[in-house]
Amino acid sequence: MHVDPLEKTWVWLASAIAVTFVVVLIWAAVARGIHPPSNVETIDSASLHLSEEFAEDNLGVHRQPDGSLKVVMVATRYGFYPQHIEVPANTPINFRIATTDVLHGFHVEGTNLATMVIPGFISEVNLAEGFKTTGTKPMFCNEYCGLGHHYMWSRVTITDKAS
Amino acid sequence: MSDATKPSGLALAHMWIAFLLFAVAALLGLYQVLERAELIPVWDLGYYSSVTSHGAIMGFVLTTLFISGFGYYTAATSLKMEVPMKGVAWLGWILMVGGSVLAAVFMLTGQAAVLFTFYPPLTAHVGFYIGATLLVVGSWLWVLVMIVMMGQWKKANPGQVVPLAMFGTAINALLWFWTSLGVAIEVLTQIIPLALGLVDTIDVGLARTLFSWTLHPIVYFWLLPAYITLYTIVPKAAGGRLISDEMARIAFIMLVVFGLPIGFHHLYMDPFQAEGWKILHMVGTMLVAIPTMITGFTVIGSLEIAGRLRGGKGLFGWISKVDWSQPVVLAAGFAMLMLTIGGFGGLINASYSLNVVVHNTQWVTGHFHLIFGGTVVIMYMGAAYYIWPSVTGKELASLGRARTQLWLWFIGMCTLTLPWHALGLQGQPRRTAFSPYATEFVQSWWTAEYLMVLGGAILVLSAVLFVFNLAIGGGPAASREVEYAEAVHQPVSLPNSLNGFTLWNWIIAISMIVAFGYPVAQFWMMPTYDPVMWGF
Repeated sequence: MHVDPLEKTWVWLASAIAVTFVVVLIWAAVARGIHPPSNVETIDSASLHLSEEFAEDNLGVHRQPDGSLKVVMVATRYGFYPQHIEVPANTPINFRIATTDVLHGFHVEGTNLATMVIPGFISEVNLAEGFKTTGTKPMFCNEYCGLGHHYMWSRVTITDKAS
Repeated sequence: MSDATKPSGLALAHMWIAFLLFAVAALLGLYQVLERAELIPVWDLGYYSSVTSHGAIMGFVLTTLFISGFGYYTAATSLKMEVPMKGVAWLGWILMVGGSVLAAVFMLTGQAAVLFTFYPPLTAHVGFYIGATLLVVGSWLWVLVMIVMMGQWKKANPGQVVPLAMFGTAINALLWFWTSLGVAIEVLTQIIPLALGLVDTIDVGLARTLFSWTLHPIVYFWLLPAYITLYTIVPKAAGGRLISDEMARIAFIMLVVFGLPIGFHHLYMDPFQAEGWKILHMVGTMLVAIPTMITGFTVIGSLEIAGRLRGGKGLFGWISKVDWSQPVVLAAGFAMLMLTIGGFGGLINASYSLNVVVHNTQWVTGHFHLIFGGTVVIMYMGAAYYIWPSVTGKELASLGRARTQLWLWFIGMCTLTLPWHALGLQGQPRRTAFSPYATEFVQSWWTAEYLMVLGGAILVLSAVLFVFNLAIGGGPAASREVEYAEAVHQPVSLPNSLNGFTLWNWIIAISMIVAFGYPVAQFWMMPTYDPVMWGF
């Protein structure tokens, strides 16, 4: 079997590059705790209104005893509810969302607040340091959910923590 | 070799259907960018039906039919034997074409706007799924013919080295069989029963897990014919030799073995698979960059050999000496450029912790158009230009017009996809008919949106010119001889592992059980609440 010496060097180099990526990503996940939503938690999407957590009265922003925030939302064709939420900047957020119908996606541009929303499951995202900048941002549905998909969005307003 | 061993009829029948439907899908792409940029009135059903058709035709029909036709061609010409089981091969063609037409009827009449990724619990007309199933079943007959053909040749030539072009084609057939099992199980056991009303609900987590099984390795199924062309045709056409035959085989094997058990990078943002499984699939995803980097080295190195054999001197002087007048060589140059950019983008998408920023944004659309249109399709075009004279018996009417077409494709693809990357980083979601979001940052999207329309228009021009170049006769009579590139050191014998697939089949079977066993089984181990079917 013949392998060119230069090619052999390149195979080692290419392998070292790939392994470096793997090591960095595993380090970020394990040491820094950066994970995508992976909570494997089921719920009956057809009866969210009967569940305590996702009942209509309980949607929105809840302040927790430790000062952090819990945001509970529902995705349904074609909107996220509540349609406008307001949260302070630099405050940890535990974000939970479920769908009543089909697949949806959820994304606030420029942040790690993003998840797929899958019928039968709850999606959870933890923003350990909260939002960094103030202002009003759109929250887009970024997964095709039907012919009105592009109309599906809502807003988050991030206020100064002091106020 | 006599003309009788030429698979001209089979190869042409597959490729013509592939390329005609490709032109239709390219036109649909132009309609989509016009609507997305709000230059024509918004029509929701039209837009999403078009997205479904564009994706399904490009991703399933163009690829499967081209790869089958190209496979019959490379198998017959590299093994120098006739394609066996012609009846089975033609039955496969009938099933693939019939299935594609059936699915197209429902997509184009607005009865299947569920996108080519199916997205249950959205449910289309059952005819759409049956058409897609027939396409896959037909392609399995091609797989069968390829595997039988390689077996017959090895039996007749014991101890001989299987030619690299056939080794690549046969391992791609094997890859496709493994790849298609995921979506086949999803469609046959979950989606068709739901669409027929035999069951009331569908486990979406399971369906998406099975689809992810198919969704990543299908990319390597598309890509391997491009790589086969780069390794076995381009070095010769450029006037040189392949650096290493064995390394090419190792790269093909790595693509197949690493490429199969890694679908969960499509599920990073999905809540129904746990962290550890996603990290496991991420490791494989990163490893599959290795054979791609090897390919980059080998192909560019082979081009350098060609340039130096033709008198090129100095560190970069060889580049201008490569015979770029050959369309397949020019296509290879463009493909390497776009694969490099698209590949780096892919590493970002595959990054477990970075994916969140670009997931389902227009960035992803830009990424896969660079890989698919910019690497896969442009090499299909280059390969078609190269093999057309030997299957039709006539030279191309104009090499210059073929080069013009490839230049247009390259320019159009860059004009389309680079702005898409920018839009994605600015938060624009993909798969939206237009952007009715009343916020100021939509305003920052417009320059990129108009560039996208320009890119789409150039691409359609190129697609139509491509079909025209193949259809127009008029060239002088061509030799039907086919020559594949020789390696600098042509192998005289190889270990079984580089000349057959038994070992690799076992490794794949074990790695698929490890990667998908528990993640699939978990849906029976926990109480799941399955939704009913929904219209779109």
